[in-house]
Amino acid sequence: MGGKKNKNKAENTDIQQTLEASRRDFLKKAGISGAAVLSGAAAVLAGYRHEKSKNKGEFVKVLTTDNKLVKIAAEEVEGYEPGLKELQKRGREGIPGKKWVMIIDLSKCRNARKCIEACQSAHHLRPYEYHINTLVMQESVNTPAYFMPKPCQHCDNPPCVSVCPVDATFKRQDGVVLIDNERCIGCRFCIAACPYSARMFHWEEPVNAQADKDKEYDIELNVPQKKGTISKCLFSSDRLRENQLPYCVSACPNGVYYFGDENEDAVTNGTTKETVKLSELLKQNGGYRLMPELGTQPRVYYLPPKNRIFDFDQDKPREEDLII
Amino acid sequence: MNAETKIPGLETEKIDRIASDILRPVRINKVFIIWTAFLFIALAVCLYVYTIQLRKGLIITGIRDFTSWGMYIANFVFFVATSLVGMLISCVLGLIGFKWITPLSRIAEIIAVAFAAIAGLVIISDMGRPDRLPYVFLHARVQSPILWDVTVVTTYFVLSLLLWFFPLIPDIAVAKTRLKGRPAFLIRIYEILSFKWVHHAEQYKILRQAVKILILLIIPTALAIHTVTSWLFAVNPRAGWDSTIFGPYFVSGAFVSGTSALIIAMYFFRTNYRLKDYITDFHFERLARLLFLVSAVYLYFNLNEYLVPAYKMKKFDAVHIHELFTGDYALLFWVTQTMGLILPLILLLFKRIRRPLPMLIIALFMFAAAWLKRYIIVVPPQGHPYLPIQYVPEEWMVYRPTLMESAITLASFLLVLIIITLLSKFFPVIPIVETAHEEKENEIK
Repeated sequence: MGGKKNKNKAENTDIQQTLEASRRDFLKKAGISGAAVLSGAAAVLAGYRHEKSKNKGEFVKVLTTDNKLVKIAAEEVEGYEPGLKELQKRGREGIPGKKWVMIIDLSKCRNARKCIEACQSAHHLRPYEYHINTLVMQESVNTPAYFMPKPCQHCDNPPCVSVCPVDATFKRQDGVVLIDNERCIGCRFCIAACPYSARMFHWEEPVNAQADKDKEYDIELNVPQKKGTISKCLFSSDRLRENQLPYCVSACPNGVYYFGDENEDAVTNGTTKETVKLSELLKQNGGYRLMPELGTQPRVYYLPPKNRIFDFDQDKPREEDLII
Repeated sequence: MNAETKIPGLETEKIDRIASDILRPVRINKVFIIWTAFLFIALAVCLYVYTIQLRKGLIITGIRDFTSWGMYIANFVFFVATSLVGMLISCVLGLIGFKWITPLSRIAEIIAVAFAAIAGLVIISDMGRPDRLPYVFLHARVQSPILWDVTVVTTYFVLSLLLWFFPLIPDIAVAKTRLKGRPAFLIRIYEILSFKWVHHAEQYKILRQAVKILILLIIPTALAIHTVTSWLFAVNPRAGWDSTIFGPYFVSGAFVSGTSALIIAMYFFRTNYRLKDYITDFHFERLARLLFLVSAVYLYFNLNEYLVPAYKMKKFDAVHIHELFTGDYALLFWVTQTMGLILPLILLLFKRIRRPLPMLIIALFMFAAAWLKRYIIVVPPQGHPYLPIQYVPEEWMVYRPTLMESAITLASFLLVLIIITLLSKFFPVIPIVETAHEEKENEIK
């Protein structure tokens, strides 16, 4: 009796287990198919959106060599000048897959100021309006003085972006911090917030205002500059889009700058055009960043001014030379 | 229909007497015309200077890339600060239950309304692109303290305006039948703004409730406006601004400048509007005590704000402290702290000082010092950033305000005076019905 009961019980358990198993199986299958349906739907939706956004982009009509008029996506045409809408869109998105990084070797800088000149001529600035400036630094009386080029640090945690009330200054996916002078209201909160004094303001009509009047505004070059708005270092985003090194980097005669992509772990020296491993360069030379205690996470690294290849005291400007 | 409905619990004779006293200045006379004409002409000159700024840009000011917030921003902070007096008198003291604030509360509200309204304009004068003001709403970013500031200052202005206006409605109803010989437009305005008030007990009940709600809303809003204003500085990683007590430090300072403004206004109305029977020596004595209290609290925050970093002398804090204590700003700093805070605190201990005229003088000093103190808070920390200022024109090194930006700043004070003049000249500056009630209560006692 007892055995039968037990057997029954066992059978019941078996059945229960089978039921349980099949239910679990069903749920699993339902789950999988549900997920499949969902992801399928998501894929379709994403595709739809992609197609739709493609349609939104600019198209141009071009004449082929066999005299056919065809319509193709504007960005695929060579020599095509994108309109403001396109410039703003791609300028705010950045270059996918890149993480730009700059290394400044302080042991090589002798204050030639060629980087500054190149930058100012590219961005239409006056001699005292800086995206990048070279400073004479001395931490304390017993430590040696040195020259320090100082562009925008393109922080990964940028205080300027946090405080901007209108999203005029922003961080792109490729790490660059830009300023949209079509949006800037000129409150200068970002100047107050930046610990590196990296930003400038157009207090008066910019130097090339008349000549640039009819140019389309390129957010990656910040030209034409506009009165009453902020301007700043852009890591020469317009050059990066064309696979070129930034203006300052290419202009340096002393091999101070390396520039490249953190994702590739490779940086190129602007003077020698030599490409080296980013991690190795930083490791072997004791690379560091400015004011790490502020938590701003700059994308500009410095190599310490040791074993300098020139005599600082000879090149050092006098106190009064530091004023224009 | 025109017959005045009786105010519950008050004799008509008492209302008649008080109303005729308080409504006496509500008329357009020669002095008023000359004064407003002067204000508007001076304003026109200053606004002309502003058009130059619009044309040429902020180059006409002394601010540059390093000290990029100057007199305009200091003035903005000062205006927000002074407007807090409305909250202090009508709301805080009112809720505690002090009866002596009755003749002062409306003056405090007028100051609050005027300074809060103009604070918004002052900040626009500092913008590089004022034409893009709508972007602050169209492209608003919640993360930015500027958006918080715009929101709360506007809210505070609206609430203060309502707190000025709601208790005024019964007074307007009382006054509208007693305005013989006044211009027709004024009588028409009173007719409209009285909203057919009939002094029904139920109306008074609703009014009391509405005022109570406003008071409860204003206290946190007022704290918010000045705390957020202090955060415009405290959120930046800069020696001199990088402080955790900036919120309460600013709020306590605001009560000092607001109370001084109130004392100055009281003295003016008392003598020029002949209201000595209503704004008495007793009120000045009370405000002297209030001024002592808020100044003592402010001194306490000053000690914390300056002595703690001065004890540690961290690298960049040390530069800032030296600049204030012994450097370029030393004279300004010590004059402000002694004449505007320490000396008044000592003087206020004496009974002889706590009378109208000495109080006026002390208040004028403290009011001026309060303005300079905002300048000291805003300007010096920008003059010594973490990285040295080099290779720039010499005039970029140190901020010196220009005459033009001073004129534009003056315009904001003229606008405040215009608002205060119009509100106090066209409407009773002391509550009529409330004063009658209070007089009656005192008689019963």
